[in-house]
Amino acid sequence: MKFTKAKFVTGMASGLLAATLLAPVAAVADGHELILPSLDYRTGPYAPGGIPYANGYADYFALLNERDGGINGVKAKVVPCETGYNTKKGVECYEKTKNIGSGALAYMPLSTGITYQLIPKVTADKIPLVTIGYGRTSARNGQVFEYVFNPPATYWDGATVAIKHVIDSEGGADKLKGKKIALVYHNSAYGKEPIRTLQALSEKMGFELTLLPVDHPGQEQKATWLQVRRNRPDWVFMWGWGVMNQVAIKEAASIRFPMEKFVGVWWSGGENDVLPAGKDAHGYKSVVFTAVGDGFQTHEDIKAYVYGKGKAVDASFEQRIGETHYNRGIYAGALVAEAIRKAMADNDTKKPTGVMVKDAFEGLEISDERWAELGLANFTGAVKLSCADHRGPSKIAVQQWDAEAKKWSIISDFVEPMDDVTTPLIKADSEAYAKENNITPRDCK
Amino acid sequence: MFYRETGQFKTNYSDDRAIFPIAQDRYGIMILLAIAFFVIPFTVDDYWGNAIFLPLLIYALIAMGLNVLVGYCGQISLGTAAFMAVGSYASFKLMTSFPGLDFTIVVLMSGLITAVVGSLFGLPSLRIKGFYLAVATLAAQFFIIWLVNKVEWFYNYSATGQINAPERTALMFPVTGPNAPILYKYFFCLIIVVLAALVTKNIVRGRIGRQWMAIRDMDIAAELIGVRPLTTKLSAFAVSSFLIGMGGALYFGVWLGAAEPTEAFGIDQSFLILFMIIVGGLGTILGSFLGAAFLWLFPIAFKNFMVDSLGLSTAMSEHLQIILMGGLIIFFLIVEPHGLARLWQITKEKLRIWPFPH
Repeated sequence: MKFTKAKFVTGMASGLLAATLLAPVAAVADGHELILPSLDYRTGPYAPGGIPYANGYADYFALLNERDGGINGVKAKVVPCETGYNTKKGVECYEKTKNIGSGALAYMPLSTGITYQLIPKVTADKIPLVTIGYGRTSARNGQVFEYVFNPPATYWDGATVAIKHVIDSEGGADKLKGKKIALVYHNSAYGKEPIRTLQALSEKMGFELTLLPVDHPGQEQKATWLQVRRNRPDWVFMWGWGVMNQVAIKEAASIRFPMEKFVGVWWSGGENDVLPAGKDAHGYKSVVFTAVGDGFQTHEDIKAYVYGKGKAVDASFEQRIGETHYNRGIYAGALVAEAIRKAMADNDTKKPTGVMVKDAFEGLEISDERWAELGLANFTGAVKLSCADHRGPSKIAVQQWDAEAKKWSIISDFVEPMDDVTTPLIKADSEAYAKENNITPRDCK
Repeated sequence: MFYRETGQFKTNYSDDRAIFPIAQDRYGIMILLAIAFFVIPFTVDDYWGNAIFLPLLIYALIAMGLNVLVGYCGQISLGTAAFMAVGSYASFKLMTSFPGLDFTIVVLMSGLITAVVGSLFGLPSLRIKGFYLAVATLAAQFFIIWLVNKVEWFYNYSATGQINAPERTALMFPVTGPNAPILYKYFFCLIIVVLAALVTKNIVRGRIGRQWMAIRDMDIAAELIGVRPLTTKLSAFAVSSFLIGMGGALYFGVWLGAAEPTEAFGIDQSFLILFMIIVGGLGTILGSFLGAAFLWLFPIAFKNFMVDSLGLSTAMSEHLQIILMGGLIIFFLIVEPHGLARLWQITKEKLRIWPFPH
């Protein structure tokens, strides 16, 4: 009898506990703050990429708060929410954070799956969604995707620059005829993104494209690389993320695939991806849209103002400042901060709304001089977005891993992607989306 | 004291055969339904709707479907997520091919399509049993997900293999798509789930349900007393898949709005649903709801508590939450192997004799 009583009590207690804890406690802000949710992931198989990026984003705003007292005197509050790269958790995080304080000002989920989920939601809630170098490529068409921005590069751009690199290495576009290129990709919306472009290019240039999907989470790739070994492609491209990258590079090394013919997208080009393979990873390449290393004023300031004052989210990260994914976090932070600054100036307010920030993004211009003022001289190309063009000018380079020095170095010029190939594809895809969802494309004049 | 049926006399058969023969139960469920229909909808915001109540209702529906198969008919299935995928993709194809179709009909038809597919994959159950059947349904899991990921027709040739739910209405009210108000979405799911629960409860109380349980308890004996294994097992697969298919249509159409096959319908979803019915209680309708609540709400509750109230870092709280959930599942299964539904039954029995237990 005693036992059943205990059961009863535990049952009731746990029920009550659950009920009281479900309500999210909204962060009480003292005064007005700029709410910037960070849907990040520091756990699970995608944490190797998620952690540096999330730290870069958080550190940039911590720097603005510490050094400049926020943006025009208003402090930024980065609200982290763990998604584990899982779309359901991502949506839960979105719903939880969107109404904090005066409302969220921008989202950057660092997940193509979550991006797809959020595109209709942010459009309904009027909050800009900024997906730098990921997400839905056709969101470049601002006439259809009003609240989604994808500067400075899309997956399709990455694919065309990878092909440009192949052309340069092989010594001419005509040399591609009859060559074999294999794409090793994460079998999800993310990994499938470049396929359309590569197919279009393969028709145009006459190379043979082999598609090799790798299922989530990507730890099992023996069969994939056996196929690579059998097919003997001349080049291998990779659209991988998280542990999948490390495993792929190790597997490529184990079948002795030449690393200088193995090109990843920017998300497959982090330090965490190549370090586990040790010396074997020497020569591995990836395309990239930000500079490498920590030799920038901003990085120095972050070390001094954020880590020096103990304001960092992840204090153990100090030695890794300047990693490629970290730099992308900084890039994302700088874009959002500049858009908020512009929204404040344009509307003469200290309390911008999501719509104001969206409008600011549509007129956002960060020239090379402005990047230098921000302490990021030669960090990346200029940004210039408009109502119709939500990507703007794009500059992409190729970086290569030096396993001796344990450093990435940029080995090519920053070149423009093949917009002539992607523009018709973007048009077709965004129009299909508009038709499926009854969206009348805006008139951007 | 509170829960004594003394004095409640049944004077006719229909009273005796009611779903809730005891008045307290009847009032209890009425109050719950009244709260669900008249209180929650008018207090719910986007967060509570999209992150708590919709998933709760939809998972409860899907768990109920699996419970019919595993709990009532004793056929172990690991292919739940695949059948959800069938429901989701059926609803997607129906929504995009027939834009004018009412979403209620889409949901029902998705259920029917899934029932056909489910019965097909149920055929091996006539020859193989137990763990071997689990392996056979695992084949369904991998095959169906591979198929919808591979054949472009299923996702309307979109560049990424993602499917997106366009805006559709049920009786003129928009229930899918980003602009549908949470109120409509909630009501739509609630009505479907309540009706499904009512129908399922009546099926399992009746002839068909008794046949399922006979097969579950001892299939040879059941066969000897005249239960046909073919129709019984296949009907369990069909009813189960019908519910799961409807759940899948709601899961994709109403709740998520977009889905990609490998993640939304991965094997871990199958396990999640299976854990829901094991923790909630095999062979009970109530258990499906309790299990869904337990496995969906506790992780969120832990997360909110640890991050917002204790101020732990998000990564730390995620790890702690996984540990705590694992611990809680083991704890509840040790305390009550028959699930949360059994725990509730014990509670009722205690309340009946309280405060004089002897």
